[in-house]
Amino acid sequence: MIDFSARTSLGEFRLDVAFRVPEAGTTVLFGASGAGKSTVLALLGGALKPETGRIVVGEEVLLDTEQAISVPLEERRLGWVFQDGRLFPHLRVRENLDYGLKRSGSDRPQRIARQRVIDVLGLGALLERWPRALSGGERQRVAIGRALLAQPRFLLMDEPLASLDLPRKREILDLLASISADFAIPIVYVTHSLGELLRLADHLVVLERGRVVAQGAANAIIGRSDTPLLAERNDAGAILEAPIIAQRPERGVTVLALGEEELQIPHVPGAVGRRVRVHVIANDVIVATERPRGISVRNVLAVTVARVTPRADGARNVELTLGVDHRLLATVTQEAVRELALVPGLKVFALLKSVAIDAPAGARLLD
Amino acid sequence: MLSADEWQALRASLVVGARAVAVGLPIALGIAWLLVRKRFPGRTLLDAVVHAPLVLPPVVVGYALLLVFGIQGPIGRWLDATFATRLVFTSAGASLAAGIMAFPMMVRAIRLALEGIDPGLELAARALGARSMDRFLTITLPLALPGIIAAAIVGFAACLGEFGAVITFAANIPGVTQTLPLAIYSALQTPGGEDAAFKLALVSLSVAVVALVAAELLGRWARRWAAR
Repeated sequence: MIDFSARTSLGEFRLDVAFRVPEAGTTVLFGASGAGKSTVLALLGGALKPETGRIVVGEEVLLDTEQAISVPLEERRLGWVFQDGRLFPHLRVRENLDYGLKRSGSDRPQRIARQRVIDVLGLGALLERWPRALSGGERQRVAIGRALLAQPRFLLMDEPLASLDLPRKREILDLLASISADFAIPIVYVTHSLGELLRLADHLVVLERGRVVAQGAANAIIGRSDTPLLAERNDAGAILEAPIIAQRPERGVTVLALGEEELQIPHVPGAVGRRVRVHVIANDVIVATERPRGISVRNVLAVTVARVTPRADGARNVELTLGVDHRLLATVTQEAVRELALVPGLKVFALLKSVAIDAPAGARLLD
Repeated sequence: MLSADEWQALRASLVVGARAVAVGLPIALGIAWLLVRKRFPGRTLLDAVVHAPLVLPPVVVGYALLLVFGIQGPIGRWLDATFATRLVFTSAGASLAAGIMAFPMMVRAIRLALEGIDPGLELAARALGARSMDRFLTITLPLALPGIIAAAIVGFAACLGEFGAVITFAANIPGVTQTLPLAIYSALQTPGGEDAAFKLALVSLSVAVVALVAAELLGRWARRWAAR
């Protein structure tokens, strides 16, 4: 567990944040700029000290203001990846990679092997280059490798994609999606990008004006209609994570089991049983009170209305549950809510116009 | 070509300048680092004291050194009693006077270099497990190297040219504290010394040109090194 609580003020800004997330997978700290995400990261990393607070990672107390414990940054064993990479300009890529590795202590087992990092991140051809001669994406790959090789107990990432162009963003995002699992290392990831959140988050802490407004498993929070920061957006939506139950490559389709229901998505490789994560935007979900016939939409799911929440633009977000595990969000007009008499508990059908595959192949659409 | 006295003046200048830079540069580095990286009470005062020689008449600095490091001065008396060492009227004293005059320029050059280093790089090094001395030696110092080299050359050139503070504190003793500018001044005071003064002026010019060329070459190398 990463158990974090801190209160502090920076000028006018008051921060009062407490959360607890598992020490596994990727935890996304999400919020608008000024919400306090980067401050939380700086507190977790030890670059800032709060007025009062307690930070425990696993068994180790990193900070406890009551007991006057504060492990300095250089001893927190963390890998910090910054927005701007921050490679040392006077050292070659190889020397940058080895900087943390050399200081990781010979007494500690080297859990993360140098060659493996070089292979996974594709750094082999860059080793003798100077940071100045690298592209933005290469620089960020080296920065991630450097952080991993310091043999940290967790990685901190502060908007690592923010300074990259779109193709580079995709490239690094694909890497990030697998790093936590590949190297069995927890990641705490700060972003204000919903796309990155949907792609990466296993756990989620939503911050607003220095406070936590929601925390927990990502797929449980993302589909909720009462998390304004997420649900108010035009690209609001839900994550479905489900196992493959059938592969029909001849039709270009993979079938997932969603409780009792089946979900057809564009073909993704993988054995039956492998879990796939897809993302359904609320605007792409149509709600019907009867099972429609003769339509082109292939995915029609029996769901239950859980909650109806007004949006700032007048429309309504309808939160739909499918069994106990799955949740969808649909954006519908106020009139539709009235005419269909959508109230919590009502059994309806959700028509999914499109499904974006979040892993492993990037966003694709299915009609 | 040069008389023995003129060689002596050249040697004295080089010795005074080299010693002043060798001792002054590390101190200038420390103070520049404090001024750039640390916030502490008295920082503005330290800044002002360091820069004072730039705005004071050199004679005043020389006089102040006499008051402090002279035989009757607090530090001078202590040095004499403890180490039987005197600075006043010695080559080391000339280095002290010249070094103090050149000090603000050295601090300034290093400070500019340190200010050009992204503090984020030091944070990154910390996160990778580097403690403060380790960070200073592996990140800060190499990145500031071009500025430190510039500081050494500027400081050395300023020491070669220093007149007022040296003559006030260390006097004008041929072969000991008589540096090139002092020797030129003496020659001009001597009837028929114009030839010697002219030759010494040419020597000063040559030394200055060599220093400037060296500075340019090192600067070019440093820029290439920083831009690689």
